[in-house]
Amino acid sequence: MKPSVFADAWEGLRRNKSIAVSVILVTMISLYLLGVGLLAQRQVDQMKGYWYDRVQVSIYMCTDGALQPNCTGEAATQDQKDSVAAQLKDMEPLVKDVYYESEKEAFDRFKKDYKNSPLASNISVGDIPPSYRVQLSDPEQFETVASAFEGAPGVASVPNLRQVFAPLFRAINIVTGVMIGLAVLTLVSAVLLMATTIRQAAFTRRREIAIMKLVGASNRTIRTPFIIETIASGVIGAVMAVGLLWVTAWALFDKYLLHTQGAGSGYISTADVWIIAPFLLVGVVVLAIGTSTVTLWRYLRV
Amino acid sequence: MIRFENVTKRYPNQNRPALDGIDLNIDRGEFAFIVGASGSGKSTLVRLTIREEIVSSGRLLVGGHDLRKMPQRKVPQLRRQVGTIFQDFRLLPNKTVQQNVAYALQVIGRPRRAIRALVPETLELVGLAGMEKRMPHELSGGEQQRVAIARAVVNKPPVLLADEPTGNLDPATSLDIVHLLRRIHDSGTTIVMATHDNVIVDELKKRVIELEHGHIVRDEEGGSYVPKAVDNRDLDELEAERDDDLDEGSTVPPQDRPIGEVHALDEWDDDAEDLLR
Repeated sequence: MKPSVFADAWEGLRRNKSIAVSVILVTMISLYLLGVGLLAQRQVDQMKGYWYDRVQVSIYMCTDGALQPNCTGEAATQDQKDSVAAQLKDMEPLVKDVYYESEKEAFDRFKKDYKNSPLASNISVGDIPPSYRVQLSDPEQFETVASAFEGAPGVASVPNLRQVFAPLFRAINIVTGVMIGLAVLTLVSAVLLMATTIRQAAFTRRREIAIMKLVGASNRTIRTPFIIETIASGVIGAVMAVGLLWVTAWALFDKYLLHTQGAGSGYISTADVWIIAPFLLVGVVVLAIGTSTVTLWRYLRV
Repeated sequence: MIRFENVTKRYPNQNRPALDGIDLNIDRGEFAFIVGASGSGKSTLVRLTIREEIVSSGRLLVGGHDLRKMPQRKVPQLRRQVGTIFQDFRLLPNKTVQQNVAYALQVIGRPRRAIRALVPETLELVGLAGMEKRMPHELSGGEQQRVAIARAVVNKPPVLLADEPTGNLDPATSLDIVHLLRRIHDSGTTIVMATHDNVIVDELKKRVIELEHGHIVRDEEGGSYVPKAVDNRDLDELEAERDDDLDEGSTVPPQDRPIGEVHALDEWDDDAEDLLR
């Protein structure tokens, strides 16, 4: 391609500085929203992968004064505990590993996991019931095991981890939906703004265009500067959006959540920004080419 | 070279066709004047030939190509074969003489080496040697038209179309321009020139095709602007019309010129539309 094509594109951007800036900013905002939506989805996937792989069936036993309907208000007897243990043993190999966590151990673990939380100081031994922690060879078989102990004598509850996570995932999904909805709206305005920019640029350069047509310049020669201009503003917007996403992910995950909650608890990181960045870039280039092609086809007939 | 076969051109929302069943053949190497009042179809004829407009019916062949069937992507190729100049010069105001001429070659992708050779040679031909670095606003009307001619012929097209090229020039300058066109013609270029200018037509004694309301009413070799037997009153009117064009080197748009050039106003509007299309 001739250098003059790029010179024309640069000249065009310079001449329409303010409108070029608005295209860049609107593109940036829409891609940022889209990126947040995509990152939120990656977070859901990551958490599902992380937690569902590690899913343990926790069989909580009754304690003194337990309120669960299955408990009679008394702690589970040793017989009841033994029966649960025996039943679990029968379920091998689905049950891979069983670990009994006493009230004392449960208390210590809670203290450690939530050492920054005000909850930790209000809790005492016996508040958290003893439980059987069951590791499954196939986490998908959760229901099979859980239902076998639901309502067994001395068993207080068998909480389903999926039920625990469901509201969280629902919330993230709503956030994703809203983000993507906003992203679509702003993308529409980005596209319209790109089209307006091209029309304005075509008007500014109408003399040149008229002469190019007159002397037989090919359509490609006439249109390429406009397309390059549109792609350039789109790509600049996309790069800025990726930068903003990186800062967001860095501040929220790398800096805050990993710091307070420790590594390896299923959070995404700035690395995920680099995974979605190419899609955002390619997307904006496709959008810019599409928009400029359609606009030029409509407004720059030979 | 250019062949109209029963060509009719209708513009939307106009009752009367601009051209009505035209049959015309212009051979390679000919020099033909198209004369007639404003609105007689001269400009339409030019615009059809470079396919700015498409014929409504009939057949128009340029260099053997049927323009009606020509696909859109071939149109630039056609326009490289047909140079065009207009009354309003259509130069780029922010480019020098040299750049204006070179631009025509750049945008059709001619290599830099060819441009470096062709541009000075063409400026020499049109008599603008030494003015390469001037800006259009520093030039007289005649000089601006020479730049436009240089731009039209720099790619050595076999055909040159001129739509009222002297319409904004004084009589002496007009003659210079026409003599330049004749020189270009002598080197083998086919020239079709639409004009109002009787002095020029009478001086060159070339083929004259007269249009009236979209019909050819006269086509004679070595003709003059008006048929031999003519009412003197008509001649006076034509003179008066021409006098209105005399403001030398004027680039004043027609709407700012004295009333009386009503038809030219229409043409200006058409041109403005072209630019925006």
